[in-house]
Amino acid sequence: MQTAPRMTPGRRAYVEVPADPQQTRNRILQAIAVAFIVAYPFLDLLFGWQALLAFIPMMLMITLALGLNIVVGYAGLLDLGYAAFYAIGAYAAAFFTSPNSPLARVLPGSPFAWMQDFWVAMIMAVLVSGFAGALLGAPTLRLRGDYLALVTLGFGEIVPRLIKNLEPWTKGVKGMNPIGRPYLFGCQFGVDPCEILGMKLKLGMIPYYYLTLVIGAISIFAIIRLRNSRLGRAWAAIRDDEIAAQGMGINPVTTKLWAFSLGASFSGATGAIFGAYLQTISPDQFEYSTSVIVLCMVILGGTGNIWGVMLGGLLIQSFDRIFAERLTGWIHKAGALTGDPTITAAFNSFDLLKSRLLVFGLCLVLIMNLRPQGILPNRKRRETALTDLPEEDLVPEESVLIAGADVPTEKPR
Amino acid sequence: MTASNDSSDVVLDVTGLTKRFGGLIAVDSVDFQVRRRQIVSLIGPNGAGKTTFFNMVAGQYEPSAGRVIFNGKALHGLRPHQITARGIGRTFQNIRLFTNETLLENVLVGMHSRLKSGPFASLLRLPSQRREENEAREKGMALLHLVRLDRYANEAAGNLPYGMQRRLEMARALASEPQLLLLDEPTAGMNPQETVNMIALIRRVRDAFGVAVLLIEHDMQVVMGLSERVTVLNYGQKIAEGTPLDVQRNDNVIEAYLGRRHKRPEDEAADGGTH
Repeated sequence: MQTAPRMTPGRRAYVEVPADPQQTRNRILQAIAVAFIVAYPFLDLLFGWQALLAFIPMMLMITLALGLNIVVGYAGLLDLGYAAFYAIGAYAAAFFTSPNSPLARVLPGSPFAWMQDFWVAMIMAVLVSGFAGALLGAPTLRLRGDYLALVTLGFGEIVPRLIKNLEPWTKGVKGMNPIGRPYLFGCQFGVDPCEILGMKLKLGMIPYYYLTLVIGAISIFAIIRLRNSRLGRAWAAIRDDEIAAQGMGINPVTTKLWAFSLGASFSGATGAIFGAYLQTISPDQFEYSTSVIVLCMVILGGTGNIWGVMLGGLLIQSFDRIFAERLTGWIHKAGALTGDPTITAAFNSFDLLKSRLLVFGLCLVLIMNLRPQGILPNRKRRETALTDLPEEDLVPEESVLIAGADVPTEKPR
Repeated sequence: MTASNDSSDVVLDVTGLTKRFGGLIAVDSVDFQVRRRQIVSLIGPNGAGKTTFFNMVAGQYEPSAGRVIFNGKALHGLRPHQITARGIGRTFQNIRLFTNETLLENVLVGMHSRLKSGPFASLLRLPSQRREENEAREKGMALLHLVRLDRYANEAAGNLPYGMQRRLEMARALASEPQLLLLDEPTAGMNPQETVNMIALIRRVRDAFGVAVLLIEHDMQVVMGLSERVTVLNYGQKIAEGTPLDVQRNDNVIEAYLGRRHKRPEDEAADGGTH
């Protein structure tokens, strides 16, 4: 029989928050994952996996999914146009750093020349995206569910359309290039050879990998802190029951605006890095399909659980960028091994890259049917019922009342 | 309980409160007062306008006419979250917990209007934010202990059985440090033993926190055993008010609950004999 901790005068034993046993298990898994990810570029070189170039956009997409998870997973606001903020971030960075942007005619030589620096542009991209998020959030505040999703869908369509048509500023469908590269210790990212402290190094794209990793890590860190804060709890409350949330003193308007704005700001940094990495951005990279893929990553892994979102992102992106191609190669090889020309031809006609959307769609249908809450759900439902305390312990005794009175009940002014 | 007539003793003062839904008058110019530390019940048959009345006090509905004065200040035009911040806490008729969140998180959400940390303080984990969070958690655990749910602090609220969910809702409402607690059918669906415990809990919450309690209730055992004053609504109108005993004897109330006896002359004669 479990007994509730008793109140004894002068001791406040009851205030201890019990530890979550799941946390320890998660910590170990996290440590292994982190070690692998940090060492990856060297493992890649060592074993000749040649997947580094696939890993960088993959991690960028996962960071995007983490940002979207704030809006969809935490605050429960279905956003079908998230790629718009990604585009706004990428274009904001390009605006400041690209020699083709209208700003490039004004900035050099002016007192604002420092704005052409990639790092400054990245911070600007975060701010601009965050502002755009609040801007989109404002007209959607009175809307719920389906209606909200439609407005975000509209926003997601408007932004690429604007980019295409505002040619003097955005270079239209041709896109903007080149884009300013980040640099550190006098070394430009992605330009070889790279000189650090007199040493000439051939780093290839490795600096981009670590930049993406650092931004991803900062995002995870920030998101966990936000989730466990007053604002994060307010998001969850709004998502679970808006009426009850209002009854608990939560302002739904500001809470939702913060979700849109903070969610969008994560895509700003991601967009800036994405542009610098590819050295070119064009409106077709930010179409509806991008929003949908990112949303799928969130839902597949487990809406609201950042580890689930990362897992979902990893599965979708690694299939898309690595395994579809490799698996196809293996199947073709297996066909050739049989030596039979008809079988070889049949196997060769099999191309996962071409049918990747088919495979992807099938997987979604399967997972949503088998595990509608995602692979790693946010919070597990219990199998066994919780039992109440025995009757005699339920009656609040006097000591509890003193404990209750301990809770300050000052009158608000 | 000292019942003084001093107006500063009145925590909730409602005059002429009316709510019309199209042609239907759900609440019809109701005058109503709750004094500090008083337990008041609002009763009436189904559809009498009790919950509508609650929703107007809590700011969920805008009154069609009349005014609500809380602690000497009008609540007119305030949004529900602002009213909670002023000091009115509530529970809901059909329990509305945040089912995916833990018990502790539910109580912490209840404290929302008493906490201050913004997103940037939380991102940087400023010392002020950390202190505030620790204090909030301590307070949250104390409240969970009060309703005897502290050992499930990390369990998702949706996993709790019904009676325990009602207790959690109570703790969550108390977390906003209310001066007036609105309880919408706190014992609905409870078995007799749970009901007895809930009555004890409500009374003790009042004693410990000094809150005024306004409850809607159908269970007459709760109403008569707990309340110091009872107000009866029928078809949106206040038909009786007074101590539980007064109300029980009131003809209007008996009629509202049991219906009018249509008497024929011969019955009247027979009645004379039986009484």
